[in-house]
Amino acid sequence: MSETTPLVLTGRGLDKRYGHVLAMDGADFELAAGEILAVVGDNGAGKSTLIKSLTGAVVPDAGTIVLDGEEVRFRSPLDARRAGIETVYQELAVAPALDVTQNLYLGREHRMPGVMGTVLRRLDKKRMRQEAADHMADLGIRIQSVRQAVENLSGGQRQAVAVARAAAWGRRVVVMDEPTAALGVRETNQVLDLIQRVRDQGLPVVLISHNIPNVFQVADRIHIHRLGRRAALVRPGTTSMSEVVAVMTGATEASELESAVTDPVLTAAAATAPDAPPTWKDRSA
Amino acid sequence: MRLHRTGHAARRRAGLAAAGLSLALTLAACSTSPEPSPAGDGDGSTAGSDETFTIGIVEQQLANPFFAKLQEAAVAQAKKQGLEIMTAESKVAGDTESQVKAIENMIARGVKGIVLDPASATALVDVVEQATAAGILVVTVNTSLDPLDTAAASFETDNFEGGRLMGQWAKASLGDAEARVAMLDYDLADKTAAARHDGFLDGFGITDDSPEIAGTALTESNFETGQTAMENLLSAHRDINVLYTINEPAAQGAFAAISGAGVEDQVLVTSIDGSCAGVRSVKDGTIGATVMQFPTRMGEMAVDAIVEFVASGTRPEGLINSGTVLITDEPVDGIDSETSEWGLKNCWGE
Amino acid sequence: MNESLVPVAAGDARRGGLAPQRALPERVADLVRSAMSRQLAGPLAALAVAVVAFSLTTDTFLNPANVSLVLQQSVVIGTLALGQTLIILTAGIDLSAGAIMVLGTVLIARLAGEGNVLVAVLIGFLGCALMGAVNGLVVARWNLPPFIVTLGTLTVIAAATRLYTSSASYPVTSDVLRLLGSGPVVGGAKITYGTMLWLLLALALGYALTQTAWGTRVYAVGDSPHAARLTGIKVSRVLFSVYLVAGLIYAVAALAALGRTPIGDPSGYQTANLDTITAVVIGGTSLFGGRGGVAGTVVGALIVSVLQNGLTQAGIDSLYQQVAVGVLVIAAVGFDQLVRRRNKS
Repeated sequence: MSETTPLVLTGRGLDKRYGHVLAMDGADFELAAGEILAVVGDNGAGKSTLIKSLTGAVVPDAGTIVLDGEEVRFRSPLDARRAGIETVYQELAVAPALDVTQNLYLGREHRMPGVMGTVLRRLDKKRMRQEAADHMADLGIRIQSVRQAVENLSGGQRQAVAVARAAAWGRRVVVMDEPTAALGVRETNQVLDLIQRVRDQGLPVVLISHNIPNVFQVADRIHIHRLGRRAALVRPGTTSMSEVVAVMTGATEASELESAVTDPVLTAAAATAPDAPPTWKDRSA
Repeated sequence: MRLHRTGHAARRRAGLAAAGLSLALTLAACSTSPEPSPAGDGDGSTAGSDETFTIGIVEQQLANPFFAKLQEAAVAQAKKQGLEIMTAESKVAGDTESQVKAIENMIARGVKGIVLDPASATALVDVVEQATAAGILVVTVNTSLDPLDTAAASFETDNFEGGRLMGQWAKASLGDAEARVAMLDYDLADKTAAARHDGFLDGFGITDDSPEIAGTALTESNFETGQTAMENLLSAHRDINVLYTINEPAAQGAFAAISGAGVEDQVLVTSIDGSCAGVRSVKDGTIGATVMQFPTRMGEMAVDAIVEFVASGTRPEGLINSGTVLITDEPVDGIDSETSEWGLKNCWGE
Repeated sequence: MNESLVPVAAGDARRGGLAPQRALPERVADLVRSAMSRQLAGPLAALAVAVVAFSLTTDTFLNPANVSLVLQQSVVIGTLALGQTLIILTAGIDLSAGAIMVLGTVLIARLAGEGNVLVAVLIGFLGCALMGAVNGLVVARWNLPPFIVTLGTLTVIAAATRLYTSSASYPVTSDVLRLLGSGPVVGGAKITYGTMLWLLLALALGYALTQTAWGTRVYAVGDSPHAARLTGIKVSRVLFSVYLVAGLIYAVAALAALGRTPIGDPSGYQTANLDTITAVVIGGTSLFGGRGGVAGTVVGALIVSVLQNGLTQAGIDSLYQQVAVGVLVIAAVGFDQLVRRRNKS
């Protein structure tokens, strides 16, 4: 990673109130190009609200979200998706009876060229299968055939299909919300490998997870969420698991962490100066 | 139970099969009448004589032309007798709830007699016993209660006799030819359907096991199922020459199959009901002979029986046949019949 | 969105995975597989067994005239069942299918008797489409269970039909309306235009379901509405379209019914809703949605007709026909459960 990496997605001063409950309280967020950013936090810390506001499922009361240098306001998940942000959910968001290709293209099918496509609205199945097979191969996902029904795949393979789908359509960011929560150890490792390959292909990944060892296995940076805001932004190489857990639970103040990389000036610049690509200075490099 | 064009028995059956449909129909019926209003004020005349009293007339759903005709006749007869009238009807097939409430109101109102076309043979037994205990003469029309003596008397078509007339006419018309009989039934667990079926066999002089019977099939007492069943029977037995049908719509459907197979001149079609549409089918040759039943007479006889009871204390008793008349334009010796011209003047429905 | 799935830069970065080039025999096998999927094999076997059994036990079953009769007898329920298939594929059910068709027949028969036949047909189609749209709107917008919704519309439509006709029936006199019941006779077998229309409609619907994006979405909505929603499919819009198209198919069934049975009869087809569900289920479409298709439904409708026709000809009591059909329904549902359970584990 270079000295300064452009920020792809930033949030600044995000608030969200549900009645008396302040789910987000001036939360900041930043995701740099080409990284896997893990978001961790105790239950009720408000990380779910943060992620939902980045993917359009929640509209924040206050604050700004900037995507690739432009301020965006998502009113629905569809808005976020149109802007190039794809989400992989904890529960398996695949249609089991449909085959791999159909799942990859669900809602975004290719039609045949010419009259067959425009008038008869015929799908270009051959092209979709070919591209699906190429794409799965690129991501190193091993399945017999892209014509297999998803229900005949293992749980890890099914989630791989969901990840492959998000990677295929996410032009800017892929958000993964607890993608391994329903999986066994071996399958979890397969999906973690896959997440790294998605990153290696150039897509930044936001990984929400409860599993700290998993996070340390793949994350480039870790966003620790607590009490509705970002408590710290750390790197796995310079911060230990127990320190992360300590910050998560409030046993340690973030300021006590020597390795914290929070940089309010730069994130503020990201929010206010969209023309100049904001940067994140890699202090640990 | 009546079997004719609207085939409410068939509807009930479909409802049962639809798991809960009957329930929904009953619920729908209840919700449409939160307060039962069995035509509270009646539409009777007020003859000044001291013989004036009130009777109740409880019919099944009047959308059915047979029931409508029966009700119309009873109301007309009561007016002629100078009676006050309360009327009520069930909302849909099998809707006993409306009928029970109506009879309770009639008991409270102090009617002298009730003419009832029961929506169920059993569900109305209790309320009829209450009415009888209150000194009210209850007579049923069209179909009876179980046990039969729950009501004082029942004025209805003798369906066995109706079936017998069909069988006799077919046998006589066929002459010496070898009989190949097809029977289009409705579920034989239904007592009307069974009576007609047995009556036909008796009139034709055969039994269920006779070799003359080429085949039998179930219908839902309507055109469509009559057609399909007859197509299948004809496909297997081209030589069928006598056809029994449960009612006129089934006969009309069967004729569609017969003409489709091009054997119109070969098959004697017999039916029963006496609806005007059925009589027209006799006139145009679709049906060879049908047996007319008389909803008008049922209503008139029932009202007269109540008047007689109030005047003299004479109670009518048991099953009383409201009459069956064979309608055909091809009469045979030894069997009384009327022409379709006569039939069109006396038929019911449209 | 029409971009490529393949990330542009990644074309040369293939790592192991699967080999996308497929051998010719495998592609042939795929073709056969899709033509005779597992779901279709059972129904076809049942049909074959029934046909062979009746051909051996009666000498009247297997002749051209009777075979064409079976086809004619399958047309009305078979056409209706195409609409029912669509709805069941979305994990719904339509109890009002027969009632909507009957409404169509009495509208067309009565109006044709009073005026222009084509206007009558148009109004019949509009009426059926409107009823389908009402079902779709309530199911899709209010998110109510289709069983309850269509039970309600069944009651309302059946009552409205009786009120409209005063429970009288309307004979069809127009030759235009009888067209679907007529057709060329080939070697003793009458092939009615209604039969042809039914099979054409099945082909068209099969195409729409398997070859268009709409079809994939219908399957996805029935298979997993949650997943469909997460992928951006407008589930309520798909559901609405399905009920609307079903209403139009019921109108075609109404025309086929008038062609075959020339009378608009409010007391006709009382059990058509259950008959269509029977045909769909026997045809291998899952009541849980997302699995099955129209080919199975065509076979399912044929099985029901063959049983009725064959058992009547064999002189077996009609009640046994119902027993036989009931056993097949249970077998089909049981088989479906088995498949689903095995796939879940």
